[in-house]
Amino acid sequence: MGKKITIEPVTRVEGHGKVTIRLDDAGRVTESRFHVVEFRGFERFVQGRPYWEAPVLVQRLCGICPVSHHLAAAKAMDVVVGTGPGKLPVTAEKMRRLMHYGQMFQSHALHFFHLASPDFLLGLDADPAVRNVIGIIGLDKGLATQAVLMRKFGQEIILATAGKKVHGTGAIPGGINKNLAPEERDRFLKSPDGLTVDRMIEWARAAIELFKGYHAKNKDLVDGFAAFPSNHLSLVRKDGALDFYHGVLRAVDADGRKVLGDVDYQDYLSYIGEETRAWSYMKFPYLRSLGKAAGWYRVGPLARLNTCDYIPSPLAQKEFEAYKAYTDGKPNNMSLHTHWARLIELLHAAEVIKELLLDKDLQGGKLVRTGRRAPEGVGLIEAPRGTLFHHYRVSADDQITMANLIVSTTNNNESMNRAVDWVARNVISGRPEITEGMLNRVEVAIRAYDPCLSCATHALGRMPLEVTLVDAAGRVRQRKVR
Amino acid sequence: MSKPVIATASLAGCFGCHMSFLDIDERILPLVELVEFNKSPIDDIKKFSKPVDVGLIEGGCCNSENVHVLRDFRKNCKVLVSVGECAIMGGLPALRNSIPLRECLEEAYLNAPTVDPAERIIPNDEELPIILDKVYPCHEIVKIDHFLPGCPPSADLIWEALNALIEGRPLHLTYDLIKFD
Ligand code: SF4
Repeated sequence: MGKKITIEPVTRVEGHGKVTIRLDDAGRVTESRFHVVEFRGFERFVQGRPYWEAPVLVQRLCGICPVSHHLAAAKAMDVVVGTGPGKLPVTAEKMRRLMHYGQMFQSHALHFFHLASPDFLLGLDADPAVRNVIGIIGLDKGLATQAVLMRKFGQEIILATAGKKVHGTGAIPGGINKNLAPEERDRFLKSPDGLTVDRMIEWARAAIELFKGYHAKNKDLVDGFAAFPSNHLSLVRKDGALDFYHGVLRAVDADGRKVLGDVDYQDYLSYIGEETRAWSYMKFPYLRSLGKAAGWYRVGPLARLNTCDYIPSPLAQKEFEAYKAYTDGKPNNMSLHTHWARLIELLHAAEVIKELLLDKDLQGGKLVRTGRRAPEGVGLIEAPRGTLFHHYRVSADDQITMANLIVSTTNNNESMNRAVDWVARNVISGRPEITEGMLNRVEVAIRAYDPCLSCATHALGRMPLEVTLVDAAGRVRQRKVR
Repeated sequence: MSKPVIATASLAGCFGCHMSFLDIDERILPLVELVEFNKSPIDDIKKFSKPVDVGLIEGGCCNSENVHVLRDFRKNCKVLVSVGECAIMGGLPALRNSIPLRECLEEAYLNAPTVDPAERIIPNDEELPIILDKVYPCHEIVKIDHFLPGCPPSADLIWEALNALIEGRPLHLTYDLIKFD
């Protein structure tokens, strides 16, 4: 008799996402699905709101990376007010960059230390009661303090540029509403409490070493776990450099061939399609040129380091070279290497923050500019978890008439499903009993993509898991909760 | 004396309130020694394993699961606190309250410009929970003892309120703590 296993990562209880795995009589996996069960209706209720509200409204979809939504909406509205790419006052563009790199820094630090490191430091099979950030505080107070302070530093940068740590108001269509005062800047360069950008660079380098040490001892796991070929998509700067704030859209396939060549994202509708499946509120994006079956792609740190040609900051570039050498310059398709890529980006973010802090343009006085109105605008940004698309149409009387969003996690929908399927087939299939460690492996696969819908896990701890074995008659045969 | 027990949940929120809680920064280190966390995204505890002193709720109720969790919190927490605008009055998700749910679904799935017109469907699988007709603030579902305003409430506000509740003293919320945006 066939069985169904339901894993609810953020549980039925939290209602964000869950996994269902169906088994045949012999306990072999026949199908696995990663469902997203949240629905907000944003596309409809934003209609009729004045366009300038978008940057402050939309970020309330996500309190984990509000800056990304804030800026993607602002970039789309820049186009609407006639100050699209390259036309913002230089102070505005650089303040926004600082805000964004501050967020990249805090988000990447949070993800690695609070969320992923317990698996590395305490082990995949460790008691779940301690395999969380509280366990890390117990294990290594110094490291936990560092994690808290790195996140704090990024949040303080956001506060200085956006006005608030969560849901700020800094970016407005056509510009920014403040510059950076010299006192604010100096705090980050030489703070008396030692929380300086140089310290952050040092700690980011140490985090990379921490990961490399783990990798050296666990090569089979890190290289083999949920590894599968895919396309990779991100923005890159016009010259091919890594850039989180702006660029052209590029995609490469698993072997590194360009499948989408450096196009202007204002035309994203020509290149990106989405498929809806009945069992998830999250759509499945794909590259139109390759079609639904072959056109799915990954986004995020792993994808970005596959699409870009180099990193425009010296220390991160050095790490990038070592990272690329590991795969002989070919795209990296190993899910757990996302953590390595994320930490290289963490270092890069810190280097860029330093560069911007030293830039006198941040004290400039020209903050806003407007030009010729346009009826619609598209804003893209590289959010911590990957490419984020915002697209709005605005009527002549300033009301939003259409909104279409493809969030980073949606772009990774197929990849996360593949990663779950990999674990289902390689770890769970054909085993007589489901152990806690097996369940955690499902989470580890999802966690590598840092999905925003499992915000719960971001915040501090781990996804609660519930697994139920149900036979074809609908009777519960085994239930595991932890 | 045993440690005070705390639990937290995110219903139809954005997790920004939990983020603001995290913005207490270094104070989190002594906090985890002062209190015991029960059911919360902070740890792995999924079911209440003992009576809880203070429950913090982020987000209102937009689907059947949210209502279920909220009732469970009320049953298990001595003091229940609505944290942030979403819990207090629905917040941003409640912008859909004046619009029929069907229209929201249609806009997201049947009018999406990225989806080919011939293939537009609305998800309807049995695995998906039931969406409520509108978004409800928490106090319309269960009794709430305290309300912390803000979107999100500042870290200092959450810190002061939590300490007062743990120590059993009245909340002293000055203007600068509750003022936001
Ligand atoms: S009140 Fe604001 S910060 Fe809190 S969950 Fe709601 S939108 Fe997010």
